[in-house]
Parts: sequence; C-alpha cells; structure tokens
Amino acid sequence: MRKFENVIGNCLPLNRADVDTDQIIPAKYLKRIERTGFGEFLFDTWKKDADFILNDSRYASASVLLAGSNFGCGSSREHAPWALEDYGFRVLIAPSFADIFLNNCAKIGLLTVVLSQEDIDYLVARSEELPQSEVVVNLDDQTVATADGSFIRHFDVDPTTKKNFLEGLDSIGLTLELEGSISEFEQKRSELYPKTID
Amino acid sequence: MQDSQTIIEKIWNNHLVQSTDGGSDLLYIDLHLVHEVTSPQAFESMTLSGRKVRRPELTIATVDHNVPTVGRDQPWEDPLSVQQVETLRQNCKEFGIPLFDVDDSRQGIVHVIGPEQGLTQPGLTIVCGDSHTSTHGALGALAFGIGTSEVEHVLATQTLPQTRQKTMAVEVNGELLPGVGAKDVILNIINMIGVGGGVGYIIEYQGEVIRDLSMAGRMTVCNMTIEAGARAGLIAPDDVTFSFLEGRPYVPKGSDWEKSLDDWRALTTDPGAHFDQTFSLKGEDIEPCVTWGTNPAQSVPVSGSIPDPMDATTTAERDQIQRSLTYMDLLPGTAIEDIALDRIFIGSCTNSRIEDLRDAAQVVQGKTVSKNIRAMVVPGSGLVKNQAEEEGLDRIFTDAGFEWRDAGCSMCLGMNPDILFPGERCASTSNRNFEGRQGPGGRTHLVSPPMAAAAALAGHFVDIRTLS
Repeated sequence: MRKFENVIGNCLPLNRADVDTDQIIPAKYLKRIERTGFGEFLFDTWKKDADFILNDSRYASASVLLAGSNFGCGSSREHAPWALEDYGFRVLIAPSFADIFLNNCAKIGLLTVVLSQEDIDYLVARSEELPQSEVVVNLDDQTVATADGSFIRHFDVDPTTKKNFLEGLDSIGLTLELEGSISEFEQKRSELYPKTID
Repeated sequence: MQDSQTIIEKIWNNHLVQSTDGGSDLLYIDLHLVHEVTSPQAFESMTLSGRKVRRPELTIATVDHNVPTVGRDQPWEDPLSVQQVETLRQNCKEFGIPLFDVDDSRQGIVHVIGPEQGLTQPGLTIVCGDSHTSTHGALGALAFGIGTSEVEHVLATQTLPQTRQKTMAVEVNGELLPGVGAKDVILNIINMIGVGGGVGYIIEYQGEVIRDLSMAGRMTVCNMTIEAGARAGLIAPDDVTFSFLEGRPYVPKGSDWEKSLDDWRALTTDPGAHFDQTFSLKGEDIEPCVTWGTNPAQSVPVSGSIPDPMDATTTAERDQIQRSLTYMDLLPGTAIEDIALDRIFIGSCTNSRIEDLRDAAQVVQGKTVSKNIRAMVVPGSGLVKNQAEEEGLDRIFTDAGFEWRDAGCSMCLGMNPDILFPGERCASTSNRNFEGRQGPGGRTHLVSPPMAAAAALAGHFVDIRTLS
C-alpha cells in the first residue's frame, strides 16, 4: 500500500444517503480481472444524467468526497473503492460507512473519515457555494480543517489503520510475521472441522 | 472475560489468534468460499508476491455470478465471463483449490452449496468475497462478506484482522400466520431497523418464529442481514440444524458426529448475556411484504399502497422517497395489488433452495403464467435442480409457462445474460432492489417465492392469503 500523504483539496458534495456499491460501480464492470482502470466507470449510471454532480466541471479536481450516511452499502465489491480511488479521491467523509466498504477502503489506502451530519452539512454548503474551497485532511493529527482554519474537526481512526496508512504497510506481510501465533492456534484447532480436500 | 456470553462472543473468542494493539483482533478463518468475480485480483497479487495459499483444504471454489443458465455446453456469448471463469479455473489449479465447475452437479450459488455440502457447520468462521455470506449464519456460524484484498489476506494467512463488532439481538416471537414466510420476516426486520441500522453490529436472531423456521427459511433471514447493514447474522444451532446437517458429505461421521453435536449444543447465548442493542417484533404482526422502492427497507404489506413522500418527517427522507418513486415509476397511493408486472424471477442465494421451489410450485400447480409475463426459475445449485426434477417441480413450472434454468446467481445481479430491459418491472425473490441491480433501468420488487409465483399467474401482485 502506498503511504498516505496529507490531502489539501476541494470537495465533491454527494448529498445522498444509503448510496450502494451497485451505484458506485455497476455489476457489468466487475467482469474485468484487473485491479486498475475502474475510475471511468464510477457512478456510471447516474453520470448519464447531465445534472449529476460528477459532470460538474467545477468539481473535476476534487480529491475529497462528501457523502451521506451508510455510504457504500450493499455488495462487498472492492471495485467500488478501486473506482473512487482511481477517479482521484483520497478521502471520503460521511456520517457513517457500510462495514465491508470501510474495511475495503482501509485495505487500499483510501481514508474514510466520520464526521457528524451537521459538520458535513456545513462542508457541503461551503463547497456548493465555493466549489474551489479546499479542506486539509491531516492523518497524523487526525483533523479535517478548512484552508482558512475557521473550521477544524478531530476524527477517530483505529491505530492499526493509521500506522498502516502513514507507513504504507502491507497488512498481509504484517500478519505473516505472526506465523508463530498462527501455527500455535492451528495446533489447538478442532480436528472435527471440515476439510475440502481429504 | 465476563461470565455470560453471547454465541457471537463465543465463536469470536474461539477464533482469536491474537489481539493486536489498536483494537483489531486477528481471527482464524475455518472456511473460505471463492468465486470467479471477486478473486482474480487476489490471486494475481498472490502470484506477484510469490505467496502460496496457506490452507487450500479450508478453501473451496465455484462459479456462480457469471455463468449462463441456459446453453452452457455452447460457446458463451460474453467473452469477459468466459475469461473470468477460465481465470478461476487456472487459479484453482495453480493454487490447489478444489472447484465445483459448471459440469459438476455440485456447482451452484456459493451460499447454497456450502450448507448443502455440509461444509457450513455451527461454530465456524466463514468468509467469502460476497456480502451475502451472512447466509451461513443460519447454521450457527459466524459468516461475513469481505472484499478482494481481504480474500487475498485469507488465502495467504488463513486469518483476518477484524475490529470487534457490537452485538444486536433481534427477537421474533409468537407465530407466523398462513401465507407469511421467512422472506416476509426479514423484510419486516429490515424495514424496522433500516438499511443502515445494523452498521457496526453482528445480529443474533432469536424467538419462537425463528426456531420454527426450516433451515431454508433461516438461510433466507440470515442472507438478508447485510441489507440491514450488519455484516453477519446468526441463529444458534438446534435440532433443526443438526437434522439438516446429518449425513451431508463434509459432516463428521460416527463417533465424530456425536462429538461435534456435543460441541455444537454449547453454542448458545448464555442467560443474562449482554447485547448492545435489542429489537423485537411479533410474528402475528407480519404480513406478506412487497418492496416498492430502491432499497430493501422500503417495503409495505401487500394489502397496502405506495407511500406519499409528503408524509415523511424530514426533508431528506422525503427526497429519498421521491427519488425512489421516480425511479420505480410509481405514484403515491397506488394499491400494491394494482401494480402490473413484466417479469418474474424465482432464484438467488436468498430463495433458490428446494423448499423455496416447492413453495412456489404449490401456488403454480395446474395454472398458467399471465400472457404479458416472462417468468423464470433458477435453482440455487445443480443438486437442487436435480432434486426438483425428481419431484416433478420442473414440469409444474414449465407446464405453467415458466423457464426452467441451470443454477447460478442469474438475474439477482444481472452479470450473465439474464437481465431486465430498461423500464421492465420484476417481482423477484432476490435480495436487492437497488437502481439497475437486475439490469440498467430495470425495476425490482422483492417478494417471497409464493408471492412471486402468484404474481406470475395474475400479472400483478396478489395477496396470497386470498388464494383458495
């Protein structure tokens, strides 16, 4: 995973709750066997509506997505975070995220930040009014702030995710260092559990 | 450790390899189910990093999402589907993972074949790169969906770092009235909790109604747990579970079976154990249900009508209802029974087991599909299909005008040629009514198998309680 650098960028306000991963990336694009190149299919169906915010050129360079509650619900497809990341987003801010989606983002270095609906409403209103206004997301300090410093909020992040992001660590590599503990666990594991191969 | 534990905590603690600083636990995974769509990038990455599958014997693969449900022995029309299935074949060969391929009668939807083969057992941790992995919780397993990076993590290490979830008890007491089934139970639960209400939780389903459900019914309930936002939902194993499992291919035999039963019987929530959240509802209050919107919480009883956005309590809620109605092309106040349909889909990991097909066939027997309707039945596995044919269910369906297909995910998510055309309206036994889920522009109403069958005959929704 690449190291997470602090983000200074403008926000795309997607003011909808319960956005499911079928909308983020429709199933027909899941047939690809590559991990890259999903950005052009992001919100593929909604993008056909000329008024959809992704078509608004003022937000074309946004690196922060402001989303509604339960963002990323539904299917476990990691293609959804891949598409968001490939499109150019580095940080997603929402009042809540779906559980599987949250884990998938953490695995690829796409930062999810939970703020209150009130704070998000403020940031949404601000970026609707001033599309080029920037926010600063600092993972070290765990803060989201407006560039002028008039708004600053702390966010929670679990220490493992923070360390992995800041140091660009490979989660599988870290687990493999625990080989001793895994082997020890396997010694105690019930012999009665099923095996798919005799 | 506290004295009284929930079944969720018992299974979690039984699989704890290590607790790491920062609140994430390393869990051992007992069974990893793999399919063609969410695995290719994981295998590719394994190859690039030179890693091996740690425990191929705890892993099994099948093809389900992409596969055509007719004409499989002919060349497939979609080269990308062919490539994805072929990639899985190569990966299984290279990494030594057993595969139930299209020519194997055990092939089917991954969440149907796990329990069917007896691979899904009480007390196991089970993962799959598919959100409906929660299905396996019906047998008392802790089972949840994961993404492709986590698939790779499990392939390489047989473990997964996970944050401990909160616990929720959902209790359904009393009994179900005639015409009401497991699908109606879970649609009511999702309606009560909301699509995001279960985020951060693992659910245990409890109560007389849950106990009285068959294993197929319990799988329907646990399957749609994710539609309430919870990754996993389970039911403590009991005699229904044990008699379902006994004699299945991968289940212990002889004295090992007896030993397993002793272990499984201990998998209950202790009296007085604490849940972070509790919901309850009465079985008698549940009616046959139909979703009207674009998420699974947007449902009403079949006797009801389309809600009015103006009755919403907040602007955000009103906008969401209006958006759903616009997409679904429905007007407030329309009676559910007046909604005309174009397509019927009986299938998916929610409702494609033999019991589901029997329930639907009972409604269909001796009758004919409405002339404006195209209806299809897609069994959950090759073995379900064979069993249904032995019982003559295929003839009941085909005589009535239904198409009888081979096993796969099919029109639940439209990754194979089985899709809705733009504007078509479908009564579906699947799990998601999201915009475009069954095909771009398609409109999905989620219902139980008997409700789907009755709608096929009438051409519109019917309250099955009024059928003779």
